Order: sequence, then C-alpha cells, then structure tokens
Amino acid sequence: MEYAVEVHDAVVLLDRFPALAGLSLRLRTGSVTLVQGPNGAGKTTLLRMLAGLAPLERGSAIVLGNDVVTQQRQVRASVGLLSPQTMLYDDLTIAENLSFWTTLAGYGDVDMGAALERVSMAPFADQQVVTLSTGQRRRAAIAVVAIRRPRLWLLDEPHAGLDQAGRDIVDGLIADAVAAGATVVVASHELDRVRPLATHVATVAGGVVHAFETVGDPGLTADDDAAGGADSA
Amino acid sequence: MSTTLTRPSSTASEADVASTGSKLTRVLGIASLVGLAVLLLLAFVFTEPDQRVFDRGLDLDPLLTGQGDAVRLLYVHFPVAMVTYTAFSLNAIGSIAVLWKKSMWWDNTAAAAAEVGVLFCGLTLATGSIWGRPIWNTWWKWGDVRLMTTTILFLIFVGYLAYRRTMTDSQVRAKRSAVVGLIGAINIPIVYKSVDWWQNRTLHQQSTLRDRAIEDLTLFSMIFGMVVFLVIFAWLMVHRFRIGWLEHQIETVGLEAAIAERRAQTSAAVEDAVTDSRASAGSGPPPKTGMN
Amino acid sequence: MVATQILPFAMVILILFGLALDADSRTLRDLAPGLFWVATLFASVLAIQRSVAVETVSSTFEALRLSGAPAWKLFAGKALAVALQLLAIEAVLALGIIVLYRSSFEDPVLVVTAALAATVAIASAGSLYGVLAVGMGVRDTILPMLLLPIMMPVLVGATRAFGDGLGTAALDGWTWTGLLALLAVIYATVGALAYAVVIEDT
Repeated sequence: MEYAVEVHDAVVLLDRFPALAGLSLRLRTGSVTLVQGPNGAGKTTLLRMLAGLAPLERGSAIVLGNDVVTQQRQVRASVGLLSPQTMLYDDLTIAENLSFWTTLAGYGDVDMGAALERVSMAPFADQQVVTLSTGQRRRAAIAVVAIRRPRLWLLDEPHAGLDQAGRDIVDGLIADAVAAGATVVVASHELDRVRPLATHVATVAGGVVHAFETVGDPGLTADDDAAGGADSA
Repeated sequence: MSTTLTRPSSTASEADVASTGSKLTRVLGIASLVGLAVLLLLAFVFTEPDQRVFDRGLDLDPLLTGQGDAVRLLYVHFPVAMVTYTAFSLNAIGSIAVLWKKSMWWDNTAAAAAEVGVLFCGLTLATGSIWGRPIWNTWWKWGDVRLMTTTILFLIFVGYLAYRRTMTDSQVRAKRSAVVGLIGAINIPIVYKSVDWWQNRTLHQQSTLRDRAIEDLTLFSMIFGMVVFLVIFAWLMVHRFRIGWLEHQIETVGLEAAIAERRAQTSAAVEDAVTDSRASAGSGPPPKTGMN
Repeated sequence: MVATQILPFAMVILILFGLALDADSRTLRDLAPGLFWVATLFASVLAIQRSVAVETVSSTFEALRLSGAPAWKLFAGKALAVALQLLAIEAVLALGIIVLYRSSFEDPVLVVTAALAATVAIASAGSLYGVLAVGMGVRDTILPMLLLPIMMPVLVGATRAFGDGLGTAALDGWTWTGLLALLAVIYATVGALAYAVVIEDT
C-alpha cells in the first residue's frame, strides 16, 4: 500500500466546534511525519480521527486501507495511539494492564517481559499504576501500545513529561517502528527533537494543513507531491 | 449522516420563512379551537349525566350505579389518553427509523412526538385523577393497571426529554435517545402485564364503546372528542416539528460559518508556527474560505 | 470499595427504613421484600455509576474503544462485574433482613433464583444506561432518572417473588421469577446490541 493515510477534506466536530475544518493529508507508508502547529490547531483531533475515535462530519479518511467511517473497528485495531492520558487502569499493576489490554485486543501470546524491558520498566511490572510517576506511567503506556505492533503509530506529544532516558526510549521506539515498516505520525512541540527523525513535516493550524514538506531522508521519493499542501478549494 | 433538507410543506411566502405557521396550521388551528368548543358544549351541556340505576325491586330505593356528572370528564380523558399513546407510538417508530435509516427527519419527529406526548400524558393523569376522585373516592389508586402504566410512561418520557437536553451533538443525540426511547417503548407492555398480574383487577371501566347502553349522543360525543383531539395533536405536532427542523437548519448553516471562521483564524498563528520550524519552503497563502 | 462504600450504604437504607417506619416487627417482616429490593436498586445506581466512572479517569474508555474488541464483549464484561457486586450486596442485605426484620427464608431456591434473574436484569439495563449517560461527558446524574422507571417491572416481580419465598405473601413466586428471567434475557440482549451504538461514536 503506497499511502498509509489518505484524508480528504475532513471535518470533525467537537461539540459543534469544527476542530478539523476540511483537512486533507496523504502520508506514505513507512514515513515519519511530524505534525506541528499552535495549540488548538487540531493536532490531537487529527490523531484521534486517524485512530477512528473522532467521527467525521464530512470528508473521508482511509487509514491502512480501511475507511474510518465504515470500518471503524478495523481501523482501531490496526493503529497504536499514544495520547497524553495514560489509558491504563490505576488500580491494576502494569503487568495486569498489559495482560488485560492484549487479551481484549485478541492477542494470544505476547512477550510481556520483552515489552517491559524495551521501556526499562521491567522492575516495576508488579506495581500499581497509581503509584508510579508520570514518566513511568508514560513508559508503561508505551509498552502497552508497542506490544501490539501497530502498522500506524499515532504519537501525541510522546516526549512530554519524560526525562532524558525516557525521551531516548521514545526516539528508539520511532526508529524500531520505521525499521519494522510501520508508518509514524508524531504531533509534538519538541521540534528540535523530532525533526531529525522525521521524513515529512505537516504544519496544522485552524483545523487544516497549511504546509506539507519533505525533510530529512532522501530515501523516500523526492517527488512527494504536495498532496497535503495548502488546501485548494 | 446526510439528509435531504426538504422544506416542510408550506405555501408561506418568503417573509414567513422564520415562522412555523402556514395555511395548514391555520386550518388545523381553527379546526381545533372550534372543535374543542363544540366538544366542551357537548360534554358539559348537551349530554346527560350517567344516571343509571340498579333496581333492587320491592320497595327499596333504586341504587345509583352510574357516575353522575363525573362521566363528562371522560369525553376529554378518553381522547387525551388515546393521543398520548399515539404520540408515544410515533416516537417508537421514529426511534426505529433513526437507528435503522439514520434519518434526522425521523429524529425530529420522535422528539416532537415525545414532547407532545408528555404534555398529553400529564393531561391524561390529571383528568383521570379528577375523574377518579368522586368515582373511586381517591385521587390515586395503586394497582390500577392503566394508571400505573401511564405514570411509568410519563416518567420514562420525561427522562427521555431530559436526556436529550444533555447532548449537543445532534447525531449522537439522535442515536442515543433513539435507544432510550425504544427501550421505554418495549417496556410498556411489560409494565402493563406486570401490574395486571400484580393486582389482577382494574378499577377502570371496560371499554365504553362496546357498551350497548350508550345513547347516540354520548357515543357521538366520544367519537367527536377523539377526532378533535387528534386534530389538536396534528396541529401541535406540525408546529413542534417545524421548530425542530428550523433548529436543525440553523445548526447546518452555523456549521458552515464556523468552519469558515476556523480556517480563517490562523494567519498570525501559522506564521509563528512556521518561523519556529526552520522550514525554508514558506507556507502557502492563507487558505481561501470557500468549501469545495 | 464495594465493601467500604456501597455495602454500608445499602445497610444504612435498611436501618433508616426501620427507623422511619416505626413499625412492629410483624409489619417489617411483611415489608422486607420491598425494602430489600429498594435498597438493592439504590445500591445498583451507585455501583453502575462507579463502574462507568472508573473508565473516565485515565481515558480507559477510549482505550476500550481502541482495542477493537466487539461491543458485546465490552458490555458483557461490565454487566458481569456489576452483577457480581450486586450479588455480594444482596447477600449481605439478606443477612440484614434476617437480623433487622426477622425474615425467614422459607423457600431459599425460589429466593436465590429470583435474585439471580433480577440481578442480571438490573446489571444489564444498568450497564447500558450507564454508558449512555456518560459517553459525552454528560453528568451521570441522569442515570437514576433513566434507569429506575424501567426497572419498575423488575421491582414488582422481585418483590412478589421474595414475598412468596420469604413466606410473607400468598402468591406464586415462580411465575414472577419467570417474568424476571424474561426481563433478564431481554435486557442482556438489548444491552449487548445497543452497546455498539455508544462504542461507535464518541
């Protein structure tokens, strides 16, 4: 599949406010796209829409070959969303959370040990999430997402609240994902950190994409059309 | 969900577009008022009170078994109850249509029907209570099947209306309230049956229409009453539906404006964002506000 | 948390009723089935609110939607959890009415069967309404208003069945238990089907 993500004129409403106001975007498979923009631009909503969580009022979006409107469940099952909220049960331990979420998603045998090692959280496996610090919770959340090996990674401010070691883990994660052939989308304000890892940069403001450019690795085709460029009527 | 925004049928001129009145509603309205006046005359003036007696024979006085003047209320109570059930049935149908066809038109109808239904349900309970006081010697009778069912129905739909108010997204509201409305509707026979078993009796009269002892005028008034209240129901429904539909249209129009505003809000913000990232290729010109 | 909050709440209701009614033990015994189920219904509202609230804390509700698991499985999980909590509460309430209201379990099989059926009905309907009342950040204070009116047949049925089972009324408790079983099936089915409506959107 050439394009992991194809969005056309998407309008997404948050309680009657158009968070996305006719956004168009196309992302190649295997690319790493940095989504930047001011607060309130619609970056988080974009990621949620791509995850199949925010319904489209208008427009269309195909994610990994699935239509977000008609094939919501498939979309959700194939992406990995890392959001600012932990999405973990506070009362359960990390190991219990991992076990729960993987069983629910239908994954049989997963190597929890390896997943925890990857984020350096193995010693904390049997601690309740509520006892952990923000950074530790974020790492645990990363483990839960990573263990599913999604084809599309949607990372919303992944570095926020992490120490240096944690940030390196996130960078490593992105590298792993790319190596495995997955597509990555990172919404972040940490431009210095993420730009070097990115193959493309999308500037979002006012619910639309204002600029879309190719940066970094020339390995990806240079004729990247400005498909996600300034919206044309 | 896309819907065809068909205008409610109306011969109103452009100047009337903001009101829900039309030739149809004027006709219905006048018919309602006139019909109601006639009905009240029939009910309270022209018909006879129920003076049935039971002859005990010998030289005992006959026993008054009829309802006396209280029967007059039935000319209102009975039709009003019928309208209540009609309204809630309409809501049930609308709810099914919303879930099945995703139709906003039906959502609007269901909501209108629920509101009118709650109004008439309240009237049913009130007129029933007033009727019941002299007859049953009480304002309220636990265990009377129809009273219990109507009361629960009232509560269910008051809850339905309150629930609708908690949601602002019209599509989410349509689907979820359809679920609530449907569950409410399927409860009705269940409630009815359970109270029936519970008490195994009812103080309600058996169906009056089948009673051969009713004279012509009484029968006529009953039927006339039903017709009048159905006309009133139609009149209220048309108005309420149109209000809802206008709200729906405002929302749609408002959305366009909001989208345009959203896209336009960004010039300064974009420039900041772009200068922050060391993009050499500049951002495009501020987007036009036209939609495709 | 069930033990420390909801259970005591249910017991307090029983005690409050005893105080408020100021009745002799004979009357309380007759009233026991009704009081038991009213207390259970109130406790169920709390349990359901908690069950839904736990998903909003860390956006785990979103994670549930993201998991791609079919809606009926999510529903079953929630309803089962609530049902188990309710059964625990009912067990303690049963002790409560024995001690406080001098109830005696003449037909324990009937009582237990009726309680199971009623609990499934309450947990199913409650779980569905719970998620309907929360999804959009709607204040869940609407939950009792939505749930309790439609629980009326369950209340009537469970009270009558208990009346027979506790020997305080001369009726056929098994017919009522049949009604409760029917309601349990209806709400379990409706809940599983309608859960998808909520899971799909926000």
